[in-house]
Amino acid sequence: MSELTISRRGLLAGSALLLASTALPAIGFAQTPKKGGRLIVAADSEPRNLNPAIVASNGVFFISSKIVETLAEASFDGKDGLQPRLALSWEGAADGLSVTFKLRDGVKWHDGKPFTSADVAFSALQIWKPLQNLGRTVFKDLAAVDTPDDLTAVFKFAKPTPFQLIRNALPALSSVVPKHLYEVGKIEDNPANNAPVGTGPFKFAEYKAGQYYRLTRNDAYWGKDEPYLDEIVYQVLPDRTSAAAALEAEEIQLAAFSAVPLADLDRISKVPGLKVITKGYEGLTYQLVVEINHRRKELADLKVRQAIAHAIDKDFVVKTIFLGYAATATGPVPKNDPQFYTADVPTYSFDVAKANALLDEAGYKRADDGKRFALKLLPAPYFNETKQFGDYLRQALAAIGIDAQIVNNDSAAHIRAVYTDHAFDLAVGPPVFRGDPAISTTILVQSGIPDGVPFSNQGGYKNAELDALIAKASETLDTATRTELYKDFQKKVAADLPLINVAEWSFISVARDTVGNIANNPRWAVSNWADTYLES
Amino acid sequence: MTRALRLLRRRLVGSVFVLLIVIIGSFLLLEAAPGDAVDAYIVSTGGDAGMIELLRHRWGLDQSELTRLANYLWALLHLDLGQSVTFSRAIRDVILERLPTTLILMGSATALSFGLGSTLGVYAGARPGSFRDRFLSIGSLALYAVPGFWLGLVLIVIFAVDLRWLPVGGIETIASGKTGLARAADIATHLVLPVSALGFIYLALYLRMMRAGMAEAWRQDFVLAARARGLRQRRIVLAHVARNALLPLVTMLGLQSAQMLGGSVVIESVFAVPGLGRLAQEAVAGRDTPLLLGIILVSAVVVVVINLLVDLAYAVLDPRVGASEGSA
Repeated sequence: MSELTISRRGLLAGSALLLASTALPAIGFAQTPKKGGRLIVAADSEPRNLNPAIVASNGVFFISSKIVETLAEASFDGKDGLQPRLALSWEGAADGLSVTFKLRDGVKWHDGKPFTSADVAFSALQIWKPLQNLGRTVFKDLAAVDTPDDLTAVFKFAKPTPFQLIRNALPALSSVVPKHLYEVGKIEDNPANNAPVGTGPFKFAEYKAGQYYRLTRNDAYWGKDEPYLDEIVYQVLPDRTSAAAALEAEEIQLAAFSAVPLADLDRISKVPGLKVITKGYEGLTYQLVVEINHRRKELADLKVRQAIAHAIDKDFVVKTIFLGYAATATGPVPKNDPQFYTADVPTYSFDVAKANALLDEAGYKRADDGKRFALKLLPAPYFNETKQFGDYLRQALAAIGIDAQIVNNDSAAHIRAVYTDHAFDLAVGPPVFRGDPAISTTILVQSGIPDGVPFSNQGGYKNAELDALIAKASETLDTATRTELYKDFQKKVAADLPLINVAEWSFISVARDTVGNIANNPRWAVSNWADTYLES
Repeated sequence: MTRALRLLRRRLVGSVFVLLIVIIGSFLLLEAAPGDAVDAYIVSTGGDAGMIELLRHRWGLDQSELTRLANYLWALLHLDLGQSVTFSRAIRDVILERLPTTLILMGSATALSFGLGSTLGVYAGARPGSFRDRFLSIGSLALYAVPGFWLGLVLIVIFAVDLRWLPVGGIETIASGKTGLARAADIATHLVLPVSALGFIYLALYLRMMRAGMAEAWRQDFVLAARARGLRQRRIVLAHVARNALLPLVTMLGLQSAQMLGGSVVIESVFAVPGLGRLAQEAVAGRDTPLLLGIILVSAVVVVVINLLVDLAYAVLDPRVGASEGSA
């Protein structure tokens, strides 16, 4: 059974190369996709707002990316890592003041009205820029969107904005919603936020709170022959153990976003008819990070931070906590990022003796009980792995004479304690790398961010040099120069350790062998699944 | 009948005060928990300072605690439970949608534990100290000691994964289009495992209580009298011993209903049953104060009603209750 899986996956990879030249998605693969069928997928949460133009988050995309489409989607082999969706092409002006999108012709909204550049202009100006969690930063200088004709949208920026940033932001930030449904009344209260209307391969059919979401095939979809599935059902399974059981009992066919716990994967991979897939999340990398409160005088000392970095055995963390489903980190950009990553940064080998020496040097001698000082350690509760790493870190710190007391909170309390009240010394956090450091990475070290902003520098770290570098990169238009600046950024962060990057991981899918065309782009779980099919 | 009405009135007046204390207490407790609804929300979205401020304002969280409590109580006076921030819907609708599921789950589980528990209790109590008595007592205690979620998972692995007799979770087959009896049968199939998991845990209580009551009753003079009259053993066990041991079980039934609600939180999560317990858990995690207060209020009403019914049942079961009514 497993041999079959491997050969099919090999074929997938091979044909992906062939497809690079045609840019046509998923036709003529190893097996001809079959039409029809209902795909049942596990969902572990129920987002309160399903509008991806307002809430750009994986939980929302998981469901609504099948209904509402973006201008472009991430791709393993497309130019600049993108493949066209609602936009066919995008071009940035040399002065960084405008970006021109040519839009797809003949696209219809689910209610039959035609999709035009007016919808793009409305979504960008009325939603992405003022309301969207990520768009408020990336599109802050967007001044106008010109629509010379129905199929052209020209974004005008008040200040030069790097085209590379806009490009990298397209897969997650550019969900287009219909102007004719949203122009009346308050956008936040629009009923379409809970029953989205889009241009995507699937239409929203129904939602039963606590039970399921059901999407049905959009017969008027622009993709030739697509979608293949008749229905997608998201069954709400709040308990992770029951997701694995439901897969085994053949009640669901797919569990994405690591709905099956890592510890179960070994067993599940041996169940006939099930396959474990680690691909398809390359564009959704999470970083395991030790956040540091620099207001603590001990932690404001670089030597102490270096000592902590030396005390962490990253290989052990990857092997034992992530059971190998992760990679060790060197700095604030993950290794699997094709554009920005550099390995040329200061590194910290696992060396307890050196860590102890550094702490002695810093003047924090061991007291009679062997302890140097005590710290409050807050592991983020969102993932099993962040909690487990908290336990590991406590032991690792004990080995160098730092007495870390773990404070366990639930999500809301953790967010409040770390990012508003600053009631921590060390915290374990899982920030997300979103394809460009300017989207959600530089704010982890930048100074001057107001209290209360989650997943940002709330540790009181201030480094004028780094701040200047971040500011410069944000207005550098040339892609090569901008990329170099972010490489320099990684070096400086790794050298001064405003935070400590420990590991990088992403999610894992478990699916039945009958599900075809899985994981064929770097954001597969949150892409549109137009080419996904079910063998009978 | 007037007796029942008087009881009802006295209970209702008392209940209003109890509920008020419960509401204010829960409100203050939840306020004391660190983080608010916006904190819980931005865990999955992130966002900048402006967006967070906007959300706090929209959800009314920028008002003082006292103002919010006063507003809530005022709305409650008008029988308005308010808006849920986690669901962006009227709380009344959210709760009414889930209440029937939890009531069915609780009711069936209670019926199972009471019915089976007391029957086995009679069986064990018919001969206190015998082998079957020891076996049943130890077995039921072992079940009582098992954590609910674990029992649930074991049942899933055996009956849903290995044997595939029953579904893993949910309340009914998704979008099956079934109606009427077919739908009822479908729901019943889905309820077998969660009801068993919830019911088996509390079975021990009824079994032990019935058995203990019977063991006690055997020593009473009226049993001796019954024997002296030459009644058959079977009749003595059922009509004399068991009947006298039954009363405390009915009291237990009322007390148990509150605990059942608590136990359903875990069972509903494990079996993905969309009930009130899971809703309460989500309300706490989402710091959705008005929603949690609504759930507590509805649960409290359910418990009060059940206990009222128990009191009324008492009057029917035990003639002595009626006899002393005049002086009470």
